[in-house]
Amino acid sequence: MNNKEWPLWEVFIRSRQGLDHKHVGSLHAVDAEMAIENARDVYTRRMEGVSIWVVESKSIHASNPDDASSLYDPANDKAYRHPTFYELPDELRHM
Amino acid sequence: MGVHELENLFQQKVDHEIKIEPKDWMPEKYRKTLVRQISQHAHSEIVGMLPEGNWITRAPSLRRKATLLAKVQDEAGHGLYLYSAAETLGISRDEMLNQLHTGTAKYSSIFNYPTLSWADIGAIGWLVDGAAIMNQVPLCRSSYGPYARAMVRICKEESFHQRQGFEILLSLSKGTPAQHKMAQDSLNRWWWPSVMMFGPKDDESPNSVDSMKWKIKRFTNDELRQKFVDICAEQVKILGLQLPDNDLKWNDERGHYDFGAINWDEFWQVVKGNGPCNKQRLDARNKAHNEGAWVREAAIAHAEKKKQRTAKAAA
Repeated sequence: MNNKEWPLWEVFIRSRQGLDHKHVGSLHAVDAEMAIENARDVYTRRMEGVSIWVVESKSIHASNPDDASSLYDPANDKAYRHPTFYELPDELRHM
Repeated sequence: MGVHELENLFQQKVDHEIKIEPKDWMPEKYRKTLVRQISQHAHSEIVGMLPEGNWITRAPSLRRKATLLAKVQDEAGHGLYLYSAAETLGISRDEMLNQLHTGTAKYSSIFNYPTLSWADIGAIGWLVDGAAIMNQVPLCRSSYGPYARAMVRICKEESFHQRQGFEILLSLSKGTPAQHKMAQDSLNRWWWPSVMMFGPKDDESPNSVDSMKWKIKRFTNDELRQKFVDICAEQVKILGLQLPDNDLKWNDERGHYDFGAINWDEFWQVVKGNGPCNKQRLDARNKAHNEGAWVREAAIAHAEKKKQRTAKAAA
């Protein structure tokens, strides 16, 4: 008997034309085709989407939360990357 | 960093309402508590399909049948959202199913009661789903991200479940004397088990303290139970039916309804597996799982064959 578990897939759904695909959850399926069919039944029973992406979970590489400070903190002291950093005269409107 | 320091950092995050995500450090007991709670919750959704499925072929009209089908399909979906949330904590789907099928994992005791009449579908919607919603709305703010997100989706869908149940009871209550009686009989049987759905009394609920501290839970069992009784005691008047509790009485001083004593012996008996349908439910789950084994195996074999065929064609 084959006791193998079906692979895990991550599901991304575009809720409306013009918006990004957004992660909604995961499910098990034997291949991409079945993953899309199952995603349709599990995640779009009430017209939540117009397009589905599925990616096998093992193909996703994530950053390590322990690295968060070395990855993101350096951006913290670079206020000059934001428009409000610059002091401009009040007469100058709409810039 | 030592465990103590990590625990402090973890608790600080929880206190500041920063969600915990799968790859973040978490105390082992937090992980275990969540696996237990989320998988039990998933099992409840799956087993919860059984008492209702019983009535799909006997629904009194096409409208009711379509509604019931949609509701049962939702319950399957809710089970799947929750299984996938639990899997982010490192337990496999097969492991969870195995725990359900061997009886090591629990599911909500309410589903060990039989659905004897069509009115029971109404009572389940109004009371059982009503109690579930009461429990689940605060879980949308649970500290564990994947659980909270699954709960948001579930709560959105659950609302129609309760409304359709109320509608069924209201139609029956306003119908013929026999239909009215059927609705009342159903409330008589489902009321107390629904009140028990909130779990043991606070002082007998050993996991509650940690769950509150970790913000997995936001309200205690007794707080939620009281809220449920207060709401139902009012809504039942609209139904023109009675809750089977002679001690149910508004208490001006407390600002709440007082209600009668709960039969905790019955509660623990059903939890321990001696409810009216425990065996029947587990047998049905095991039968479905075992008889579906060949489908799961064939689907894998087919996918592997297809993969080889495409590889050959490409070579």
